[in-house]
Amino acid sequence: MNAYQKHGLYIHIPFCRTKCPYCGFYSIASTSLISRWLEALKKEVNHYKDRFECFDSLYLGGGTPTLLSAKDLEKIMQHLFTHFDFAPNTEFTIEANPGDLTPEKADGLKAMGFNRVNLGVQSFNAQELLFLGRRHTGEEAESALKTLRASRFDNVGVDLMYGFEGQSLKGWINTLNRTLTFRPEHISCYQLTFERRTPFWSMRTKGVIRPIGEEEERSFFLTTSRFLEEKRYIHYEVSNFARKKIYYSRHNYKYWHHVPYLGLGPSAHSFQNKTRWWNFRSIRRYCEALEDHKAPVEGYEDLTNDQMRLESIALGLRTRDGFAIKETDLDSQSADMLSRLQNSGFLNIKKDRIVPTRKGFLVADHLPLCFDILVGLPV
Amino acid sequence: MPQIRNFSIIAHIDHGKSTLADRMIQRTGLVESRNFRDQILDNMDIERERGITIKSQAVNLPYVNSKGEEFELNLIDTPGHVDFSYEVSRALASCEGVLLLVDASQGVEAQTVANLYSAMEHNLVIIPVINKIDLPSADIDQVKEQIEVDLALDSDMAILCSAKEGTGVEDVLEAITVHIPPPDGSIEDPLRALVFDAHYDPFRGTIVNLRVFSGRVRPGDKIRMMSTGATHKVEETGIFRLGREPRDALSAGEVGYIIAGIKTVSDTKVGDTITLDTDPASSPLPGFKEVKPVVFSSVYPVTSEDYQGLTEALDKYKLNDAALVFQKDSSAALGLGFRCGFLGLLHLEIVQERLEREFGQFLIMTVPTVEYHFTLTNGEAIRVDNPLYYPDPATIQKSKEPYIRTSIFIPERYMGAVMDLCLERRGVNSRFSYPTPGRIEIQFDMPLAEVIYDFYDRLKTVTQGYGSFDYDLLDYRENDLVKLDILVNGERVDALSQIVHRDKARPRALQACERLKEEIPRHLFKIPIQGAIGGTVIARSTISPFRKDVTAKCYGGDITRKRKLLEKQKKGKKRMKMIGSVAIPQSAFVAVFKADNN
Repeated sequence: MNAYQKHGLYIHIPFCRTKCPYCGFYSIASTSLISRWLEALKKEVNHYKDRFECFDSLYLGGGTPTLLSAKDLEKIMQHLFTHFDFAPNTEFTIEANPGDLTPEKADGLKAMGFNRVNLGVQSFNAQELLFLGRRHTGEEAESALKTLRASRFDNVGVDLMYGFEGQSLKGWINTLNRTLTFRPEHISCYQLTFERRTPFWSMRTKGVIRPIGEEEERSFFLTTSRFLEEKRYIHYEVSNFARKKIYYSRHNYKYWHHVPYLGLGPSAHSFQNKTRWWNFRSIRRYCEALEDHKAPVEGYEDLTNDQMRLESIALGLRTRDGFAIKETDLDSQSADMLSRLQNSGFLNIKKDRIVPTRKGFLVADHLPLCFDILVGLPV
Repeated sequence: MPQIRNFSIIAHIDHGKSTLADRMIQRTGLVESRNFRDQILDNMDIERERGITIKSQAVNLPYVNSKGEEFELNLIDTPGHVDFSYEVSRALASCEGVLLLVDASQGVEAQTVANLYSAMEHNLVIIPVINKIDLPSADIDQVKEQIEVDLALDSDMAILCSAKEGTGVEDVLEAITVHIPPPDGSIEDPLRALVFDAHYDPFRGTIVNLRVFSGRVRPGDKIRMMSTGATHKVEETGIFRLGREPRDALSAGEVGYIIAGIKTVSDTKVGDTITLDTDPASSPLPGFKEVKPVVFSSVYPVTSEDYQGLTEALDKYKLNDAALVFQKDSSAALGLGFRCGFLGLLHLEIVQERLEREFGQFLIMTVPTVEYHFTLTNGEAIRVDNPLYYPDPATIQKSKEPYIRTSIFIPERYMGAVMDLCLERRGVNSRFSYPTPGRIEIQFDMPLAEVIYDFYDRLKTVTQGYGSFDYDLLDYRENDLVKLDILVNGERVDALSQIVHRDKARPRALQACERLKEEIPRHLFKIPIQGAIGGTVIARSTISPFRKDVTAKCYGGDITRKRKLLEKQKKGKKRMKMIGSVAIPQSAFVAVFKADNN
């Protein structure tokens, strides 16, 4: 599975024009630190330039990467090309806000090497967009999608959000339909999640917003899955759909299969040789460390074989690939349990893999607790 | 030669016994005030926390009165709970007199009376002491009246004191020397010494607390335990001051200890008589009886790997608790464990708490039960203290359960609530007396099974703390008993089976089903919980499955967090008991029989 995977490169752009109340990713709503951060990023690239082999995916996320000027984005790309190796068929993704995507901008992105854009749409409905604190309109989102196609992007992803108070199933289907008129190669449907240290979290604590009930969550999830599958999308990960296998998010795939990846920028995570490490969240601390010629690493963990196994299982149960297993990995109690789970429709036991079903996706966080696998490193 | 006085302090719980003992220790100069640690005699953490005394201890107080006369006042501390009444009686048998302590704000209460009767049975001189006179709510006159009327004692003799503040302590000591007679008994007669307690010292073995009634014992003597005939060689004799102080001999009238190479406390029985092997007494001291457990429960480790640890913990625990009895047991649901017998529910709780605290053993305990007697159709009579051995109902001709006589003291205004409570607990044969205006003593005959759970807590609740009670075993009475089983996901959970009165089966079953519903976490499938008698389901509840449990996003940083959560959950799961495919936390087993929380 991983033999032909090269490594992944992630850059975190920690700037936004406005902060959405639900978002737990790190960013600041100010552009004053961009140049300082850019210089620091360059230093960080230098720090890692011999530590990773060839990359075949680059992902610019954040924050709002499209907030950066074309010039700044160019600088970043140039620096990366100079110091890192990229495979010829590399997937170059950038996350974009619909409000930033003028035709010039889109053309510029294509010119500097991006072949995939992930558009943060969330919804086309004005009220919903207001609730979610988004700074663009539904029309701007549609316009952005048109622009991307006009600029010849043939690998477009759309991020959508469901599962909040006030949204009806009908309204959600409407959003999906509007998205489908553009036949994006990739659609991510995220249920609204309350993250600590976000405004939505405190609003929920105070009772200003209420989460939807479990049955409703379940209903939205299953409806989405069935609906998009009917429209010939592959539901390949809990929240991710693609028109064909080649349109799976190659970069994200690496997270779910323990393929090495390097994360640069504040709060970014990296993984290599059973070690995971992460950078400071704060831009200031990130910059200070690099200016002091130190790596901006806040912490790390060395994973044991048991932990690797547990992660493979937990991640495997979130994707259509499932996880690899040998008969000798199971004790009789666990083998029993897996049979029962299969009979109840949560997963399928194939020759050497356990694969979750749609129903299994729904309880993917719980399934790893149901059985114990004796240690064997994933295939 | 100092004169000897042997005495004890008896009182209702919390009336200040330990504080008074502390003050007396202080006053007689055994320890300097600044080295003083409150309540030295209560040296077990649990005792301190609960404010009760579990083990007897004795201390020899050197006292010099105003005339310069020297005394040795032997204070024998007594356990303060109804579960340990036999120990109390043996401690009292070792004395010539008692201080009867009454809280000036609470007045005479159930155990005051119970302990008094005990003292009277031993023909002890009784000195009433009214304590806590410093409290604003103290009503000395009323208490004096209670002493006259309830207790038929001379209230003029009552000493007033406040142990907390230290006032009146001198008067108490003086009164002991004046009113309590010196012990009699001749040093020439054969040795007869009463064992009133024993505890285990890891360096010296068993330390036996005794009161010598006649004769003398010295290191080098070969002694005989009259109940078993076992002999031991005395290594050391001495008295207790703040620690052990060896002495050349212990003679008639004295209180102290011996060390004689005795391995465990089970080899020394409270109430036994010690005599010399070479010159034995012709008969033992009166009052000895084998202690019998009254409440039974099985104890299991949470996981089978812990079984060895539990075995060791119980063995170690038993070194210092002769009353706990246990034997190997096993259950289909819970694996290997032990069937334990306790003197009462408090004893059970203390053992469980100490095992958890001192040995790190987390336990699953089955529903506590009493011993039932059955007569079968073939004439056989059997005793059952474990629901698993409940006989086939078709073969039962007669079933009997133990009854107790309870004595409940309450202020008048709680009469209705307490009557309801007792009737609810199948109390019969009620009698009332009015010891003082505004207070009632209610006596009921009740099944012991109804009392062992949470009767005391409920009584405290309905009387807002003012109620108190004590009980004595009466007899076995016939009743309609059945076995209630609890099934989780269709499987019977042995540990939760109970023998109950038929009328109580449904409410007990409902309570169990509701409690389990709260305690057992949701699973991927629906879990039915049922209470059944034989094949008939009489109560049920259902735990609905959870319908969704997945995180929307799982990228870079999320993976570590997710894995850590899984690790934590897996660890928690290991501490649960698997019954079929249902994971049941330890707390669920306890919750099923704990007090009603209304």
